[in-house]
Amino acid sequence: MNRIDKFFKNKRKDILSIYFTAGYPHLDSTAGIIRKLASAGVDMIEIGIPFSDPLADGPVIQYSNSVALKNGMNLKLLFRQLRGIRKYIDIPLVLMSYCNPILSYGMEKFCRSCNSAGIDGVIIPDLPPELYVKEFKSFFTVHNLINIMMISPQTALNRIREIDKLSTGFIYMVSSSSITGVKKGSLKEQTEYFSKIKKMKLKNPALIGFGISDPESFKHACNFADGAIVGSAFVKVLGQEGENAGTIRKFIRYLRNKINVSNYEKN
Amino acid sequence: MKYKVNKKGFYGEFGGAWIPEMMYPNIKELRDNYLKILGNNEFNKTFSSLLNDYAGRPSPLYHAKRLSSFYNTNIFLKREDLNHTGAHKINNTIGQILIAQRLGKTRIIAETGAGQHGVATATVCALTGLKCTIYMGKLDIERQKPNVLRMKMLGAEVVPALSGNMTLKDATNEAMRDWINNPIGTYYLIGSAVGPHPYPDLVAKLQSVISREIKWQLKEKTGKIDPDYIIACVGGGSNALGSFYHYLNRKHVKLVAVEAAGKGIDTNESAATTVLGRTGVIHGSKTVLMQNDDGQITEPYSISAGLDYPGIGPFLAYLGKSGRVIFENITDNEALKAAFTLTHLEGIIPALEPSHALALLGKVKFRKNDVIVVTLSGRGDKDMAAYISYLEKQQPDETRI
Ligand SMILES: Cc1ncc(COP(=O)(O)O)c(C=O)c1O
Repeated sequence: MNRIDKFFKNKRKDILSIYFTAGYPHLDSTAGIIRKLASAGVDMIEIGIPFSDPLADGPVIQYSNSVALKNGMNLKLLFRQLRGIRKYIDIPLVLMSYCNPILSYGMEKFCRSCNSAGIDGVIIPDLPPELYVKEFKSFFTVHNLINIMMISPQTALNRIREIDKLSTGFIYMVSSSSITGVKKGSLKEQTEYFSKIKKMKLKNPALIGFGISDPESFKHACNFADGAIVGSAFVKVLGQEGENAGTIRKFIRYLRNKINVSNYEKN
Repeated sequence: MKYKVNKKGFYGEFGGAWIPEMMYPNIKELRDNYLKILGNNEFNKTFSSLLNDYAGRPSPLYHAKRLSSFYNTNIFLKREDLNHTGAHKINNTIGQILIAQRLGKTRIIAETGAGQHGVATATVCALTGLKCTIYMGKLDIERQKPNVLRMKMLGAEVVPALSGNMTLKDATNEAMRDWINNPIGTYYLIGSAVGPHPYPDLVAKLQSVISREIKWQLKEKTGKIDPDYIIACVGGGSNALGSFYHYLNRKHVKLVAVEAAGKGIDTNESAATTVLGRTGVIHGSKTVLMQNDDGQITEPYSISAGLDYPGIGPFLAYLGKSGRVIFENITDNEALKAAFTLTHLEGIIPALEPSHALALLGKVKFRKNDVIVVTLSGRGDKDMAAYISYLEKQQPDETRI
């Protein structure tokens, strides 16, 4: 069984998944950040493969992408950095990137490399479900890899059902109509959307992402879904405060609201 | 017609709609409606009356006699430069704004490189009273000042794109991000035959008025519908596809697309996509694309902001691969020189983009009896700074012929 599916069998509450960009802030930060996140107690990690034109990302992740590329990150190197990571951690690992760098590497080869590196799932925002099913699904199946699909507040009900049917692992619920790192829409709008999805009783677990940045938004998301994904806010911490274990642990505890919020007061 | 998009939005391996789910509802709405709207009588009446009375169509097909004798052949210029706002771009923006209205949209966003599409979009927004936001790379804002001022006077908000090389590709990213952030009531009025399906098909169809006119105009002037060659420049491919469209099945007409070689195809400063690129996905479309070994999109370069794009539209990519369209490329300097040649011989100052198409006239040996149509996609007002700086660098007589 895929590690993501196994994970959700045991836990369906307050799940915290953290995104960061491979090769940021430094080229060789990747493996260290993964191990520190795991020991800080996050449930899942999303590793971004940097891309020159990240269409669905806001300024913070755009910046980490361009720094990582300048640092020399690429897929081949990332897979090399991930070698052996499974000796140290057991939580699900997900890669996130856009079509072009993956197609350039070769989708089948990519799936094979993911499998040998111990990657459990992939998120490709510009790969629509239809094209995934038609062109790539068989590679994912063979290599025991989950393609995680997204829904947004504008996704029609029948399409949400369809995506739920096609999905395994979990559904990535984009919190509002926005790119990453942008907080948009009123709490009321979000609440309506979150509870609408909750009432649909999808067969897959759901994690809410985009704009989840602090204990309040994390908690709000957890009230309606299985958990949430924090990206830009963590990438910002890496950029401003560095990547040592203490900083990372403090940020994770802050998100989980276990430490004094005022230490992280937003400016 | 054999050269046609299939039901899934593909031209052979190229095309499709490689978009984030957040864009899906808007793309689906357009896909489900565009053919119905294009086939609607009311729409077509309004579209052609605006093309005629507002944009000034049909654009003349001008027999350039002095240019013809200079190159010892027969050259006709399709005068898209004489359209309102000075380029072919207005054909597309009139069509799409009517579609946006029929879809009930109230706000228009667009990307622009040379500023011609931005101006053409701001113009039709003023005409229809719709709100307008134009994304333009910061570098392009600097090199195409007059067009920025025009857009502002027309009431558009011009937002600088600050990512990447700060040119057309980055402006397109920003426009798409805006659409993700504003999914309701906003219409993305794309400026070339690029982007996710159905845009490449839609834009090609709206620009096909160019070749529809060439057919009867050439018949009137020469007694024959078919020229031997049609030559057009390529940024994303809209003026080229518009010029080729009704000739695609007329095999004996040679269709030539001219890309910008920048400082030369082996200099790292070039925009000759079909020479330097390979298959990839950009801005929602699978097409030929300039990229490095890791699949990172590389920054193109051309003196001409309108050709400074790392991809070409999927339809044109397919026509190139199947051999129906021949691709050539022209450097900055060759284009500049061609602009002065046309100016001196015919009293027409062309934009830098079609100067690339014109420059091919000096590089291919045409026969005396050949009939050649060159699409003059835009006029040179916006490029005066580049022309003057070129002029100042020349010896007194070098630009005369
Ligand atoms: C005058 C002119 N010609 C050509 C182009 C290139 O675009 P396309 O390839 O879509 O015709 C532009 C783009 O801005 C332009 O302004």
